[in-house]
Parts: sequence; C-alpha cells; structure tokens
Amino acid sequence: MPVSDDFQKAQRFREAALPYLDDVYTLARYLLRDASDAEDAVQECYLRALKHFDSYRGPAMKPWLFAILRNVCNAEYARRAHSHAAIEDTPGAVDETPMWQENEASPEAEVLRNRDAGAIRKMIDALAEPFKETFVLREINNLSYREIAEAVGAPVGTVMSRLARARAMLRAAWMAEEEHSK
Amino acid sequence: MTCDEAKILLHALLDNELDAGHAREVEAHIATCPACAAELAAQREMRHALAGAKLRYTAPASLRARIEASLPQARPQPSRRSVLRGFAMGSAVSALAASGVVAVVLRQDDQQRILSEVVSAHLRSLQAGHLIDVVSTDQHSVKPWFNGKLDVAPPVIDLTAQGFTLVGGRLDYVDARAIGAVVYKRRQHIINLFVSQTASTEHRPPKTQTMQGFNCRRWGERGLNFWAVSDIGGDELTEFVDKFEAAMKANVEG
Ligand SMILES: [Zn+2]
Repeated sequence: MPVSDDFQKAQRFREAALPYLDDVYTLARYLLRDASDAEDAVQECYLRALKHFDSYRGPAMKPWLFAILRNVCNAEYARRAHSHAAIEDTPGAVDETPMWQENEASPEAEVLRNRDAGAIRKMIDALAEPFKETFVLREINNLSYREIAEAVGAPVGTVMSRLARARAMLRAAWMAEEEHSK
Repeated sequence: MTCDEAKILLHALLDNELDAGHAREVEAHIATCPACAAELAAQREMRHALAGAKLRYTAPASLRARIEASLPQARPQPSRRSVLRGFAMGSAVSALAASGVVAVVLRQDDQQRILSEVVSAHLRSLQAGHLIDVVSTDQHSVKPWFNGKLDVAPPVIDLTAQGFTLVGGRLDYVDARAIGAVVYKRRQHIINLFVSQTASTEHRPPKTQTMQGFNCRRWGERGLNFWAVSDIGGDELTEFVDKFEAAMKANVEG
C-alpha cells in the first residue's frame, strides 16, 4: 500500500478518534482501577480501532471506541481472573438480585454533605459490574441511553435498569458513609 | 404505572430521555406516590452532588505521545534514501562535500516533517472543544497555566490592541513532544502559535511556507522555535508575526 494512503488513513483516524482520548482513558481508569493498566488498555484500544477503521461505519465514534475498550478490558479482566469478575453482556445473577432496598431514612430530610472528587471516585470504583460501567458511561462520559446500549451491546431497557440500580447503590454507599462519619 | 416501573423511569426523566407522553405518566405517578417522589428527590440531590465533582480523568501526555507515535507518519517525497542514493551516484561530488550537503538535506527533511506535524496539530485544534485548554483574554492567566506543564513556558503576549485577540492556550504534541500553543483570533480565523524549546540560540528570520492550504510562518529566537499557523493570508500572518516579535522585544527590553 502506498505510504500516502496509509498516512491519509492515519490522519483521518487521528482527527476522528484522538479527540476522545480523555473519555476513553476515563472509562479505562474506572473499569481497571489502575493508572498504568488503563494506559496500556487505551493504547491497545486505539491500535485496534485504527486496524478496524476502514470498516467503521458507525455508531458514533465515542460509543464505538468504548465498545473496543470494553473488549480490551475484558481481556485484561481474564488475565487478572483471580481478582476481578469480567463484565458480562448477558443479564446474569447480579441482574436478578432484588433491585430495591427500603430507604432507611427519608432522603428528603437528609442533606448530602459535599464530598471531594477522590471520595466519590472511590465509591464509584466500588460499584459492581455491569452497573459501574453503565453509570460511568452515562454520568461521566455523557452518553445517551441509546449510545450506552450500542457500546455495551445490551438492550436499552437493560441499560435503564442497570443505571437505576447503579444510582441506588451509589446513593446507599453515600448515605452509609455519611452515617459512618457522624 | 407500578412503583418498580416508576423507579426506573424516573432516571430517564432526570436524564431527559423520555418522550413527552411517558414523562407525563411518570410525573402523574410521582404526584400520587410519596415513596417514588422521595426517590426522585434523592436522585436529584445526588445528581447535584455529583455535578460539581471532577470525576473525569485526563490522559497523560506520555500516553497521547505513545499513541501518536504508533500512527503512520507523513513522509515527504522523495525519501531520504533516494536523495542519498542520488548523491552517491554523482561521482563528481567529493565525499566531504556530499556529507555536508546530505546534512543539509536531512535537516530540511526533518523540518518538513515537523512542519507537517504542526499543520496537523493546527487542524486538530479546529475541532469542536479542542482549541483551548485554558480560556483567556488576559495574558496574566494564560502564562501561569503553562508553568509546570512544559520545561519552558511559551511567551504569552496579548495582541488584542493590535488586532489579534488572545483567546487562550493549549498543550499540544509535535514531534512526539509536548509543546505549548498560544491561540489568537483574527476576525473568525484562528491562529495557533506553537512554541518549543531548541538548543540553538541563533536568530532565524521568519519564513512563510504553505502546506495543505495553511500558511505557516516559522522563526527562531532566544532558544525558542516558533510556528504561526493559520488560514489567514500570508500578508496578515506576516503582520501578526511582526507585531508579536516587536511586542516580545519590547517586553524583554522593558
Ligand atoms: Zn411509586
């Protein structure tokens, strides 16, 4: 292949994909919980994306990159199989556990204390998959429900119930910490 | 609508993902159900608490450079190899002279590659949301922003009074290294002024080149290399560089 074609492809890829580097890196940090693993995963994600860029016809670039990153991260999970569970696309046992815990206190009466970003990141890190990735994609990466569904390969209805569950879990963790620090 | 349904749909309501019909249904349920109303209020409050926190990460500069380096790079024609072969075949050229000429050829080659990277960086910056990392119309807030991010902070000079509005600064990547970019506006046109450190302290007078439809004026001064890139005309870019140089000289002497 002539050098110039290769370069032009790289140029188009650079312009389409590199603007999302921070988004991809953010998701990798939350999924892998390790800065250097996240860097490796993001680099691998971009290498794979470039390789498949010729056949890329959509969805939007951001969910497409996220879908690739997820695959890379799943491989990393498999490698660390002893310490983490892989992200499952199919609704598994976790999805069937009861969704709601009764609110112990009336949430209206409580005023949430402001927390610094580090403490919130830790609480998000502690969320179980697949709830965490759904939460991060929506709340931090600003994807629409439809885009999340594309990125994780699940129906929109599943995305909605995972998101509701994730937010309920995060709120519960938040309230528990509040209780703890009283 | 059941409470289980409402407790999922209220998130879609918060996220503005419901059509008007479903939004009305959820609101109607919430109006008559204290438990779901409390949940909505709680989630609103959570959203508020999360909104102010910096939860995004920024990719390290080294990662960006690694990815950039792994992409196919532009190569000017003819390649170095064919230039060298051309010299080798010219038997009339002495070895010494040839090596001198080759050195000159290689340096230009390198400059050509860097110029193409600078123009790529300019193109990237024109995409939505990528022009500036630090917004400003005030040089006193842009300059300190660069400190600690680069070995040498680029000179930030406000030329608004001279017709070139300072809009901000950005970290960019050229030749696999972090480089400062100071951003100006002339009417609706963007001018990126890229600044990098160089070992050479000699003065290199400004020279304009055109690449991919952009004008690029580059020069060297006080251990810094400058590239001003824009789609404004060559005359206007020359005017920009002249005013920048004059202001920089005044700053140093004043
Ligand atoms: Zn209800």
